[in-house]
Amino acid sequence: MDSLYHFFETFIVSYDLFIAAMFLTVGITVCAFMFALVFGLFFAFLKLTKIRLLMWISDFYVWIIRGTPLIVQIFVLYYGLTNIILMPTFWAVTIALAFHVGGYLTEIIRGSINSIDKGQQEAGSSLGMSAALTMRRIILPQAFRRAIPSFGNQFIIALKDSSLASFIGMQELFGVANLEGSTNFDFMTYLLVVAVYYLFIVYVFTMLVRFLERKMSVSD
Amino acid sequence: MDDKTEIIRVEKLNKYFGDLHVLKDIDMTVMKSEVVVLIGASGSGKSTILRCLNFLEKNDSGTIVLDGEIIDPKTHNLNRVRERVGMVFQHFNLFPHKTVLGNVIEAPIKVKKIPKDQAVRDGIELIKKVGLSDKINVYPSKLSGGQKQRVAIARALAMKPDVMLFDEPTSALDPELVGEVLATMKQLAEEGMTMVVVTHEMGFAREVGNKILYLHDGKIIERGNPKELFENPQEERTREFLSKVL
Ligand SMILES: Nc1ncnc2c1ncn2[C@@H]1O[C@H](COP(=O)(O)OP(=O)(O)OP(=O)(O)O)[C@@H](O)[C@H]1O
Ligand SMILES: [Mg+2]
Repeated sequence: MDSLYHFFETFIVSYDLFIAAMFLTVGITVCAFMFALVFGLFFAFLKLTKIRLLMWISDFYVWIIRGTPLIVQIFVLYYGLTNIILMPTFWAVTIALAFHVGGYLTEIIRGSINSIDKGQQEAGSSLGMSAALTMRRIILPQAFRRAIPSFGNQFIIALKDSSLASFIGMQELFGVANLEGSTNFDFMTYLLVVAVYYLFIVYVFTMLVRFLERKMSVSD
Repeated sequence: MDDKTEIIRVEKLNKYFGDLHVLKDIDMTVMKSEVVVLIGASGSGKSTILRCLNFLEKNDSGTIVLDGEIIDPKTHNLNRVRERVGMVFQHFNLFPHKTVLGNVIEAPIKVKKIPKDQAVRDGIELIKKVGLSDKINVYPSKLSGGQKQRVAIARALAMKPDVMLFDEPTSALDPELVGEVLATMKQLAEEGMTMVVVTHEMGFAREVGNKILYLHDGKIIERGNPKELFENPQEERTREFLSKVL
């Protein structure tokens, strides 16, 4: 009973710290995901060009992303980026996370583009639409719809992976839990508190994805 | 109407898929307002001919002349050429994320750069013409096969093509839906649309076709008006084929 009371007390006392940190976590993840979509589209297109060298570059990127731990990628990119240009930690971390998520989105986007019936491309062509126009107006909208559940998954993974940003000093959710836990000599309670925040935002975004999925499926 | 104008002329067209010689020295002409029907067994190359006519496939040799102009895939912008050659597919290939109207106005707006309100007006007119006024804002998934194919016809017509290609437009339909699509095609033919049709509907070929080409193993081995070809085929292989499908 006492420990339950203690948990809620901690929760309420730390409320404003964690709310701010939650916005930072969501901010990093949303920004990273948007950049990741750009990376994913770019490398998916490289792969679809069927030009040997470009396909190889795309494969290489995906291989690196899949083959190394995210924490290594974040450190390398963070120090790499901040060494080359003066860049706020937020953006360095965001770009590092985006680069990581982009590797997974590359595969998802490529797969969903390939899953669109070839007849769609042919129908576009037969109407005089260029390959690029058909891609933009016909193929991609369908491919994105089809990819929404996978995007949602990847987003939620990214949300939790963003906790690694705390290792380079970002005071996002996990960073705050870490700091508060150690200054108050009460790690466990703060870890449980932060878990509740993660559960909450993951729940909200799961609902959002489900809503999008339903809304987008009206047409097929 | 000047029925003497040649819309399509094909000379010595050859097409290979790898080692497979699919089209062999195809010669054919399509005059303005004419309905040319291609018949032949499965795998004889009917679809490939149509797909060469709008350059979805590139021929390996021979010439294709559209409206008196030799089309060279290397120098011509094929997208511009395809605007003039409408195509209707066996499996409709409607855009599932767009409504009926959205399907019809997409290419006029994005390719021909027609102002949206005009494209919408023309589109609604075309949808009416194929008998689907009550489906304008419906998505393809809510349509029957016959309705889908009529939308596909309206979509192709929206580009105001000089000629329409039909690749087995009724083969994927339930029998009771075939009639409505054929009726739409017949109406088009009566309005003077130039058409090349691949079909197994011999009734349609006989009634609406002006010229029948019988394709066997990549070669046109017999051609003539429907009466000649159906009632008095000269070639043994044509007779054999007809006895199976009639
Ligand atoms: N993309 C392709 N690659 C390889 N071979 C092909 C390709 N498309 C068609 N073929 C082959 O070319 C030949 C002619 O095919 P085509 O589709 O033109 O026949 P068809 O007369 O339309 O037949 P069906 O009545 O079955 O539609 C067939 O042997 C077919 O297997
Ligand atoms: Mg065919």
